[in-house]
Amino acid sequence: MTDRLIAHVTPDELAGRAGRLFADGYRLALVAAHEDPGALRVVYLFTAGAPDRRTELHVRLDPNEPVIPSLAALSFPAGRFEREMRDLYGVVPAGHPLPRRLVRHHHWPRGWYPMRADAGPPPAFGDPEGPYPFVTVEGPGVYEIPVGPVHAGLIEPGHFRFSVVGETILKLKARLWFVHKGIEKLFIGRDPGEGLPLAERVSGDTSVGHALAYCLAVEEATGCVVAAEAQRMRAVLLELERLYNHVTDLGALCNDVAHGILNAQSGRVREQLLRINAEVTGHRLLRGGVTLGGAVLRARPDPGRLRAIAADVAEIAELALGHTVVADRFAGTAVLTPGAARDLGALGYVARASGVAVDARRDHPFTDLGPFTVVAGETGDVMARFQVRAREIAASVEVIAYLLDGLPPGGVCGRPPCTTPGGATSGVGIVEGWRGTIAHRVELAPDGTLTRVKIADPSFFNWPALPVALSGAIVPDFPLVNKSFNLSYAGNDL
Amino acid sequence: MTGLIGAVSQVVLVAVGSPLLAGLMRQVRARLEGRAGAGVAQPWRDLRKLARKEPITPHGTGWVFRLAPLVLAGTVLVVAAVVPLVTTLSPMDGVADLFAVTALLALGSVALALGGLDTGTAFGGMGASREVTVMALVEPTILLSVFALSVRVGSTNLGAIVTSAVHDPLEVISPVSLLAAVALAVVTIAETGRIPVDNPSTHLELTMIHEAMILEYSGPDLALIEWASAMRLSVLLGLLASLFAPWGIATAGAGLAAVVLGMAALVIKVAALGVLLAAGEVFMAKLRLFRIPELLAGSFMLALLAVAASFFLA
Repeated sequence: MTDRLIAHVTPDELAGRAGRLFADGYRLALVAAHEDPGALRVVYLFTAGAPDRRTELHVRLDPNEPVIPSLAALSFPAGRFEREMRDLYGVVPAGHPLPRRLVRHHHWPRGWYPMRADAGPPPAFGDPEGPYPFVTVEGPGVYEIPVGPVHAGLIEPGHFRFSVVGETILKLKARLWFVHKGIEKLFIGRDPGEGLPLAERVSGDTSVGHALAYCLAVEEATGCVVAAEAQRMRAVLLELERLYNHVTDLGALCNDVAHGILNAQSGRVREQLLRINAEVTGHRLLRGGVTLGGAVLRARPDPGRLRAIAADVAEIAELALGHTVVADRFAGTAVLTPGAARDLGALGYVARASGVAVDARRDHPFTDLGPFTVVAGETGDVMARFQVRAREIAASVEVIAYLLDGLPPGGVCGRPPCTTPGGATSGVGIVEGWRGTIAHRVELAPDGTLTRVKIADPSFFNWPALPVALSGAIVPDFPLVNKSFNLSYAGNDL
Repeated sequence: MTGLIGAVSQVVLVAVGSPLLAGLMRQVRARLEGRAGAGVAQPWRDLRKLARKEPITPHGTGWVFRLAPLVLAGTVLVVAAVVPLVTTLSPMDGVADLFAVTALLALGSVALALGGLDTGTAFGGMGASREVTVMALVEPTILLSVFALSVRVGSTNLGAIVTSAVHDPLEVISPVSLLAAVALAVVTIAETGRIPVDNPSTHLELTMIHEAMILEYSGPDLALIEWASAMRLSVLLGLLASLFAPWGIATAGAGLAAVVLGMAALVIKVAALGVLLAAGEVFMAKLRLFRIPELLAGSFMLALLAVAASFFLA
């Protein structure tokens, strides 16, 4: 486990310290507000890879007048975290360029901050801050297409407002935050073991990713040492999750250009993977595999079978890209430039397809993955995202084969969870889920219960990249582009 | 008398058989993609389900919205009655003019586009705009390609064209026919909203053409539209079959047996074309919207060449 540097700074020192960290190659992994007795405390977690470095800046604020200087000028994600913090805790970012609501929709009353201890039950709607400030694009022939939040297909709720001339998208505003569940608040006061089922359910398709990040964070906080074998098993589960999600999306991308036969084929492969998942963990979506302090594998996945599946998927990808019309639809569609990806702090395959090689498996490893290399693309279009994910499938199967090599056959349990050493502690877990880098930060009370869990899903970073990539694209290509990003609504809006 | 029976049987066959054709095509696709499929009769079950629902119209819509499905279905039924599918002896032979038929089909499309606009939603307008764009490129091609075939007969009457082809089958195997057949096949695909122009089975509102336009319709109105769309597909496929493979069509002096034979031939030909189209769709993907005009312009060029060839090779 990597040591974290924790520095307590005053609000005035914050920008300077953060600027130096950014200059040293750190990225902002998460920002979380905490309610301490007699103070509000804001924690900035900065991480950097190669070698794995983690630095925290803690800023104490006056609870009666919680104002913190905004870092939005230094980092785009910081500005978004600050808006989230303002909505949930009432911490005001001073000098923020866009100080409006992010998480809380406008019908929630002013001055009500749901994460505060004294928030109470949700109040009645009222005292709205006015209608949502959609930017209207004006000009001859410009019209708006509102879509959602209820869609024709079975997808999560999000409202998209397109400003269009002809079929060309001039501006897209994605209005999200329809699924706020208060998950972070539900953690508070629970025993870490009781928090695990919650973490598994943050985003239904990322149960291993979030469960593992949560467990790593709790284990760091409790000083629990996890057996190397258990860590390898966890890495296997993480790759299994990546496999079935990547396969699903490769098929869905083909389906979105009406090449349904490849979707049917990847559906067949996906089912094989889900059955392997069920054999390995007893759950088709891999729940219950990662436990506090260890991992449970009912059976080892067979590397030969997985290799056969990888070959099958490679053929599907080859057929897709060999199809002139499919390739034409993918190529050059919705380009996210490397500069934009870097500025927005994009993560996962979205960033890697734009040539920004961020991968927590290399930057923040919790176990040795063998000869693993980060898969990266260049062009940043739908094609690149498709190819990166197709290549990651092959890479994941090799990683699984490497990890299984040293694992004893059959189901193995890790060591049981440790007890808290006494005194308030904190821990951080960073994991490369299939969508990108997931970061969890937990704080424990002296009695071992959770006082705060902050979850940062990669979707939180990647959502702003979608409208940027889409400017200049055409309306009928939006579903394809959206699928190529495949961002989580549930993981974004906790 | 034979003509009347023939015309009635055409309409009945198209009205009853079209949803089955849609079901057959879906089933073929499903089987080729390795899925079980819902069965050939599923479109009829869907229509029954929709017809039983209460009719709902959105606020702010007027008579245009309510009339559009009726106009669409009405025009297709008239076209089904006059186009030589089973027999060339329709009592409404005078209407079976190339221009009249094309105009009737266009009337149905325009009515539906207006119905889409009448809802005042972004999707209705978007779908109508796309549909009309496609239609503006499709209609001239239909006119030109049938015109190329009419040159050798000296009449734009579809019955006359088909009769001439029945009497001289070798005429069909000519460069003119081939060019016109390809052009007509492409526009049939475009007109009926099949892949690669439109995806009839998509749930993605933003990519739709035909489906976006009818997004606000529900219940019996939607049933009428779905039924009419299926009929348009079978009428256009039937026309394609009659023009380029006119065997089995009852012509002048034929008896009742010939009408029955004509019906059987129509079912076989249209089913074969439907299966071919569905099988072809499996291997295709949907074109980017801005590529569709290129495809349709290509088919227009073929139709133009067919017209030119029909004069030079006459």
